[in-house]
Amino acid sequence: MINYTKRYLLLLTSILILAALIPGSAMAQGSYPTDDDVNAVAKQLYCPVCENIPLDACGTTACEQWRGIIRDRLSEGWTEDQIKTYFVDQYGDRVLAEPPRSGFNWLVYIVPLLIFVGGFVLLIGAFQRWRKAEPEVSSRKNAKQAAKLKKAPDEYISRVEEELNKRSKG
Amino acid sequence: MAADIGFGSLLITLVVSIYGIGAAFYGEQKKQKAWVLSAKRAMTLVFPLLTISVGSLVYLLLTNRFEFEYVAKVSSLSMPDYLKITALWGGQAGSLLFWSWLLAGFTSAVTLRKWDRDQDLLPWVIVISLATLAFFVLLNTFFENPFVSYWQTSEGITTAFSRPPGGIQLFPRDGSGLNPLLRHPGMIIHPPMQYLGFVAFIIPYAFAMASLITRRADDRWIQLSRRWTLWAWLFLSLGLVLGARWAYDVLGWGGYWGWDPVEISALMPWLAGTAFLHTVLIQEKRGMFKQLTMVLIILTYNLVIFGTFLTRSGLLSSVHAFSKSSIGPIFLGFIALNLIGSLWLLNKRWSYLKSRQVLTSFFSKESLIIISVVLLLGILVTSFWGVMFPKISELVTGQKVTVGPPFYERVAGPILGGMLMIMVICPLAVWSYASFKHLGRLLWKPFIVSLIGIALPLYGGLTRWPAVVAFWLVAFVLAVNAFEFFRRTRVRRKKGQDSLWGSIVHVLKRNQRAFSAMIIHIAVVMMAMGIIGIEFFQIETQGTIPVGGELSLGSYTMVYEKLDIFDTTDGRNVARAIVSVNKDGQTIDTLYPRRDFYYDSNQPATIPGVRSTLVDDFYVILVDWKVVSSEGATFKVYHNPLVKWLWIGAWVFIIGVVATTWPDKKSKPLPVRAR
Repeated sequence: MINYTKRYLLLLTSILILAALIPGSAMAQGSYPTDDDVNAVAKQLYCPVCENIPLDACGTTACEQWRGIIRDRLSEGWTEDQIKTYFVDQYGDRVLAEPPRSGFNWLVYIVPLLIFVGGFVLLIGAFQRWRKAEPEVSSRKNAKQAAKLKKAPDEYISRVEEELNKRSKG
Repeated sequence: MAADIGFGSLLITLVVSIYGIGAAFYGEQKKQKAWVLSAKRAMTLVFPLLTISVGSLVYLLLTNRFEFEYVAKVSSLSMPDYLKITALWGGQAGSLLFWSWLLAGFTSAVTLRKWDRDQDLLPWVIVISLATLAFFVLLNTFFENPFVSYWQTSEGITTAFSRPPGGIQLFPRDGSGLNPLLRHPGMIIHPPMQYLGFVAFIIPYAFAMASLITRRADDRWIQLSRRWTLWAWLFLSLGLVLGARWAYDVLGWGGYWGWDPVEISALMPWLAGTAFLHTVLIQEKRGMFKQLTMVLIILTYNLVIFGTFLTRSGLLSSVHAFSKSSIGPIFLGFIALNLIGSLWLLNKRWSYLKSRQVLTSFFSKESLIIISVVLLLGILVTSFWGVMFPKISELVTGQKVTVGPPFYERVAGPILGGMLMIMVICPLAVWSYASFKHLGRLLWKPFIVSLIGIALPLYGGLTRWPAVVAFWLVAFVLAVNAFEFFRRTRVRRKKGQDSLWGSIVHVLKRNQRAFSAMIIHIAVVMMAMGIIGIEFFQIETQGTIPVGGELSLGSYTMVYEKLDIFDTTDGRNVARAIVSVNKDGQTIDTLYPRRDFYYDSNQPATIPGVRSTLVDDFYVILVDWKVVSSEGATFKVYHNPLVKWLWIGAWVFIIGVVATTWPDKKSKPLPVRAR
């Protein structure tokens, strides 16, 4: 948790420093943000009413108002993260495209990973069964016999094929 | 009258289905063939019976009988006849009836095949299929009846099938009309395909369960249901692609797939079904992974029911979901019963399905297939969890969260890459044993050719490495398939006296299944190209411009020429912009993005103007406009490279699957002659 906060603070400071270093940026206070600036932020947000439709693609009046808020905040010089935080404070985590990585929400990221790893462990198990099975054949003293054993099914198949050929001709 | 006939035949279907289940069960237990035969005939009857029901509802829709709740909700006077017919699946009750009807079509059809050799499976196939059908017909009869009408009673307006005490029937003059989003031509075919794909999976599932119940350990059920499975898979795939196309053409957000919960609920059975189709191959060729095959068909079938549940219970909100409904708990009960029942049965028969074979090589075909199955299931697990998590979070912490596209894309992207990699090696790998050396010998030439896939994008100025890798994989898969095809043709030519053309035909005929699989995989690669194009390289811009004003995106410039606002005869108010598309200073196309406003349902639909070529799509949406034209209009413009390959790939995919199911002359049984 401490780590998380630390990283967050570090990120925030670096963004602030960067923002201060670039005086002529499009986001600077005073300049009017374009539709593309607004959409770039809106894309990452979801309004609570139109579930699963990103804010930039939603045509409802409510979403239009939200985009208006984003535009206003941008022209006041807010950063993308500040705007996102503002909406989270107002409406909860659901406005974000993904659950924030904290607390209970970690489950959403961990569970599929665990199951997926589990699947591969099973798969490796299947491969290991083969590895265990193989030495049985190779450890036979008589290598020729082993070769014979390996050959055996082929002989069998060729005989079956022969029989089948006879039949279809007859 | 028509409603009475419709509801009556719905009730009769329910009775006949339940009778069929009982008769098949009794006949099987008492070993009396006459009962099983009777049950089989009952199953043949369900399709004609439900056809009467569906026919009645279509009749009510076509004759504008707005006294019926369903008709009033999904139809209106201004709708053309073809839309009135498609309104059959435009609402909850009607689409459930449509679902049952298609299901009945499959169950009735399966009775028509020759059952001589498989009499022992028949009763159980009947029980399983009819139980599913009975469940859906039950929902239609008691919970979502499309034949109820409006009544005025002392307590207000209610809906009921028969007259409530003191009720007077109401006759609304017009209906509220179909949701505008559903009026697109794509919507005429998307739901039927999706439903066909869903319901057709009942057949392989029924055969699988019948095989488990009768303690058979052989592959007979797989042979019997192979074609059904492939058709189911084709329809499900088509349903997904058509849905994507519909989203691209109607939803107006410049994309085709938004990881919406309902899209995912259609994708999940497809993932499980695709995995199933591949383990079936291993079972047929090597007799391995029988247990996994069973697990996968059980999973596919239950995901079909689960998907239907998700869209119909009101649990999820999405562009696809129907209104909130009371059928949720019943659905969950049915799924639980099915899942627990079939897993219990599988557990009982687990040892029957054990295989003596083991994997013998990392690079054998079965190993590669099984790895790709695990990858497919990886997307499945992620999708399932992503869809369920918001609900779980709400239950546990009380807080709602959104699990959106970034979550799924992080998993699906790399996995798709992994699967492309396997598709490179798989056509060259052989069953049971393949060494890396052997593969290497076959791979080095296509590998060199595939470097074009790296060189060309780099030459074109591409710098994003995931995209470069993706293009390289696409080129590699294509090269491997081409080399493999020519290798086989050359072998044939060396052997015989065939002409080049003759040997190509011969090779195609001899390896029908292998080559149709090749076509399907090439189709997947083409689709992957479309996906790569739009996922990595889509750019967009939005702006408000006056008439004559310009908006530039990439190498294109659009000029806003004119805006027309007019009413149509089918009850729409259309605002249509005329936009010319310029490239290198020349006008190359004129587009008509528009916003349709439907008076009857009070809803808008945004229809983009699209210029589509093999290289890219230029996609314009009319977002907003001012009536005084000098103030201009707002346009959102997307540049979607390569997306057309997604649709072309879908066509190739259909050809591939049809080719696999094409009757193979060789496989006909040889006539047995008395000596």
